[in-house]
Amino acid sequence: MLVHSKGGRWAAWGLFGLLFLPLFALPLLVVVAASFATHWSGAFPSGPTTGNYAAAVRGESLQALTTSLVTAVTASLLALTIGTWAALAAAGLKKRGKRCLDALFMLPVAVSSVVVGLAVLVAFSRPPVLLNGTGSIVVLAHTILVTAFAYQSVSAAIVRLDPAYEQAAASLGARPAHVLWRVRLPLLLPSLTAAAGLCFALSMGELSATMMLYPPDWMPLPVRVFTATDRGSLFGGSAVAVVLMATTLLVLLAVSRVRTRASYR
Amino acid sequence: MPDASGRAATQNPAPAGPSAPVGVAVVGRAGVPAVAGAAPRGLWGAAPQGVRRALWVLPPVAVLALVFLYPLALVVQQSFTPENGGGAFDAYASVFASASFREALGTTVWLAVGATAGCLLLGFTLALIIAFVPFPGAKAVARFIDVFLSFPSFLITLALLFIYGTVGMANGVWTDLFGVAEGPFRFLTTPWGVLLAEITYFTPFVMRPLLAAFSQLDTAQLEVAAGLGARPARIVRQVILPESLPALAAGGSLVLVMCLNEFGIVLFTGAKDVTTLPMLIYGKAILESDYAAACVVAVVNIAISVGLFGLYRVVGKRAGA
Repeated sequence: MLVHSKGGRWAAWGLFGLLFLPLFALPLLVVVAASFATHWSGAFPSGPTTGNYAAAVRGESLQALTTSLVTAVTASLLALTIGTWAALAAAGLKKRGKRCLDALFMLPVAVSSVVVGLAVLVAFSRPPVLLNGTGSIVVLAHTILVTAFAYQSVSAAIVRLDPAYEQAAASLGARPAHVLWRVRLPLLLPSLTAAAGLCFALSMGELSATMMLYPPDWMPLPVRVFTATDRGSLFGGSAVAVVLMATTLLVLLAVSRVRTRASYR
Repeated sequence: MPDASGRAATQNPAPAGPSAPVGVAVVGRAGVPAVAGAAPRGLWGAAPQGVRRALWVLPPVAVLALVFLYPLALVVQQSFTPENGGGAFDAYASVFASASFREALGTTVWLAVGATAGCLLLGFTLALIIAFVPFPGAKAVARFIDVFLSFPSFLITLALLFIYGTVGMANGVWTDLFGVAEGPFRFLTTPWGVLLAEITYFTPFVMRPLLAAFSQLDTAQLEVAAGLGARPARIVRQVILPESLPALAAGGSLVLVMCLNEFGIVLFTGAKDVTTLPMLIYGKAILESDYAAACVVAVVNIAISVGLFGLYRVVGKRAGA
């Protein structure tokens, strides 16, 4: 549309390919290629193998995968509950109150994850609440970090909600709790599942706060990737990273299917 | 229009749910016997509803305060109370005096500013081509970018190790082509490697709001400008760029905050001479167990990023993003 000459269009596409492929497509391809290799000295990887994957779904790595899944699912559900509650409550407030709540719940985005990790470590290594050294401190930090995203996407969806539905329900005599349960939440379901997917993906890939907090018996996948590559086992680390990406993608795909089924109703 | 009038029609009977306000109004009248008449009843009918709504806010705020604000407050408190005694500002004085802190602060800021500038330039170019010089598969590319956002940042550094590492792809191609023993790419453990990784990872964060803004741009404007004889460069400069400034500002300030706080990319680079503020906090707290110093650096980091985030909220509000 913008460029009408054929040559100009090809030049634009050429520029796009020149920037896009090496910067965005190549990194992912390279990690996948490395995960099937045993050696990389030269232009291409060598020594094709599936041994890295055999190791990546066994022993410590398998434990890391289940740890990550448990952490991500728990943190997403908690964050979704708190975030949705806060977003629904904020929608009922006046303009200034809503703006205060927005700022408050978006604050964890601004604060560095490392600082969140440090703060949680400082606060929960002392009485009255001693969580240091348990898996729940990791889950807690992840919950704090992803609640902001749950809050943000649910409150954006509430703004788009047509108030006519709930007003109609209320005028027909439905009590507020009933309106919430049977009208507002079903209407919000597509954005709730989208928010859940986002929270899950963020928690699966969270490294910064986790590095500050993880106990030896609760090591999520990103930390496992780091310890593997830090020891020099780049190919094993790549396989674990591909497992991490694949798991995230599978869950996102499943969540988007729930979304399309919900929007038929 | 019919939609709006319909909504107005339903809005009028809606406040007719009088059961609760009346019930409370009775209590109110009993509590304040001197005031009578219609006006106070309206006042009392409105107030409890507002109070009740405000009460619903309390549980999530209480949870957030307990698990987030209270820990942050403790960090600030600990930064003023060094473990081995001394004055309140001792930890600050020693941290500010140390060369490693000043170096880390400088590195963090220039890396973040450089990465943001790179992301804006690259993101604008790529989004422009996707939106206005569409090609088959442009939609798939836009979806790929969404997927890209859901991957952790350290994957990029891991990939760069294979591409630009000492025995990686680029150096391998170079040595094969020119028959020399060593390739020229060894920037990975310098700040430039971190910069490249950050630009790669954060560019999609700029492209998403830009693509959203471009899809709302009226294409007739472009057709008119082109019909009046404006060349593509001029259309971009005088029509598209002004329209996309809010999206650029919002995306850019978000990326700036995220770059200031980035940890995974720097950690995976494994370079000893690239230390950013989050790296310094990690090093002080976990590797050296010097919590007072870590808290001081954390307070500085919070001050910078929260200040910038406030700016982002203001800019974003004005942009409507």
